[in-house]
Amino acid sequence: MHTRRPSLRRCLARVGLCAGLGIASLAAAAAELTVSAAASLTTAFKELGPAFEARHPGHTVRFNFAASDALLAQIAKGAPVDVFASADQDTMDKAQAQGLLVAGTRRNFANNTLVLIGPADSPVALKTLGDLARPEVKRLALGKPEGVPAGRYAKGALEAARLWPAVEAKAVYAINVRQALDYVARGEVEAGFVYATDAAAQKDKVKVAFTVPTATPISYPIAAVAGGPNAEAARKFVEFVVSPAGQAVLAKHGFQRP
Amino acid sequence: MDSSAWVALALSLKVAGWATALNLVLGVAAGYALARTRFIGRDVLDALLTLPMVLPPTVLGYYLLVVVGKRGWLGAWLHETFGIHLIFTWQGAVIAATIVAFPLVMKAARAAFEGVDPKLEQAARVLGLGEVAVFFRVTLPMAWHGILAGVLLAFARALGEFGATLMVAGSIPGQTQTLSIAVYEAVQAGQDDQANLLVLITSLTCIVVLLAAGRLSKVRGGLP
Repeated sequence: MHTRRPSLRRCLARVGLCAGLGIASLAAAAAELTVSAAASLTTAFKELGPAFEARHPGHTVRFNFAASDALLAQIAKGAPVDVFASADQDTMDKAQAQGLLVAGTRRNFANNTLVLIGPADSPVALKTLGDLARPEVKRLALGKPEGVPAGRYAKGALEAARLWPAVEAKAVYAINVRQALDYVARGEVEAGFVYATDAAAQKDKVKVAFTVPTATPISYPIAAVAGGPNAEAARKFVEFVVSPAGQAVLAKHGFQRP
Repeated sequence: MDSSAWVALALSLKVAGWATALNLVLGVAAGYALARTRFIGRDVLDALLTLPMVLPPTVLGYYLLVVVGKRGWLGAWLHETFGIHLIFTWQGAVIAATIVAFPLVMKAARAAFEGVDPKLEQAARVLGLGEVAVFFRVTLPMAWHGILAGVLLAFARALGEFGATLMVAGSIPGQTQTLSIAVYEAVQAGQDDQANLLVLITSLTCIVVLLAAGRLSKVRGGLP
């Protein structure tokens, strides 16, 4: 029986081609993206990550979730971050002013609302912000205003209602909005300020009393970080978040379109 | 100068002081019991009591939240019976710091008691001392150097406690915001001036504690 045997040369050429392709794909796979995102984005971004990886084979996404100000402090100190997503414009403005962003990559990608919540089984009825001054409300959880955007929005709303002096002594400050949510979910406080999306993430344990009006709309910006190790992949990630596919994931988690 | 840093220092000293005082009683009692009694499961009990030293503070913090939280079995009972709510109080911070630092006193006390020659206690009994008097006039004085070393370590550990305290007591300025938590928050918020002041105070406090420890050990003739 006669079979066609490939020549040695052709064989070598094939091996060489495969090796070349392998190296090329390895180079693409080396893009390990670090995304620093506001704590309120935790649930949504954890779903966005694999979706991005599926769309861009070879890319892996690592997330670093914390309060926006903490993330900014890390980036300003030179943390190797590729993408920054903040829960307010102020923090992103500071990053921009310090020259930490890649020019032209900043986009608003989602909106949110601030809500007042209580434990699901709480007997305390919260109808207005003024109810927070009542003695039944012993503790009120909110993000620390100096470092957590959700806390700044909450303090701003209470100040606008001239209630801050009356409720300040009840405040328990959380290091990020998800910790404030956890305090309410565990029933350790009678009320707390979180985003509507956070409340939805624990809807069996907390109940939303009402939506709190804020002086400025709660709008999330995202941008590629200057000097990040993976500039091209960072750009792709920002594009993905604002793309219809990315927006669909965010909408599923209760975020509004920008 | 920012007064909140001094408030944090005073609170840290208060929490660490209470935790150390509690451990002086609990740790010495546990160390004595483990050194002087034989029972089945003694090694298991020793391991369990040492656990807080090796477990991550966040694990302890979570256990505490689950147990003494308003919905925890102990916390619910305390709340219904006495109206006590430990979460977000400085007493909660004391409990966290006490548990974290407890093994340091217990281990030191156990080793120190095991080092006391039983013949000397026997001699005291022969000379007519009761068991309580033997403990306070013979055993404890002889074990004291070893215990003191553990107590000072426990004070330093309680002073620096962060993870479990943050989870249980939260961060309420003037009530539960200890030095280590204030440092963390200042850095998180990008307030470097405040952070610089706080770490300076913390470092100076620790130096004072170490100097005091050295002085005490000299007076007592050296730590083992």
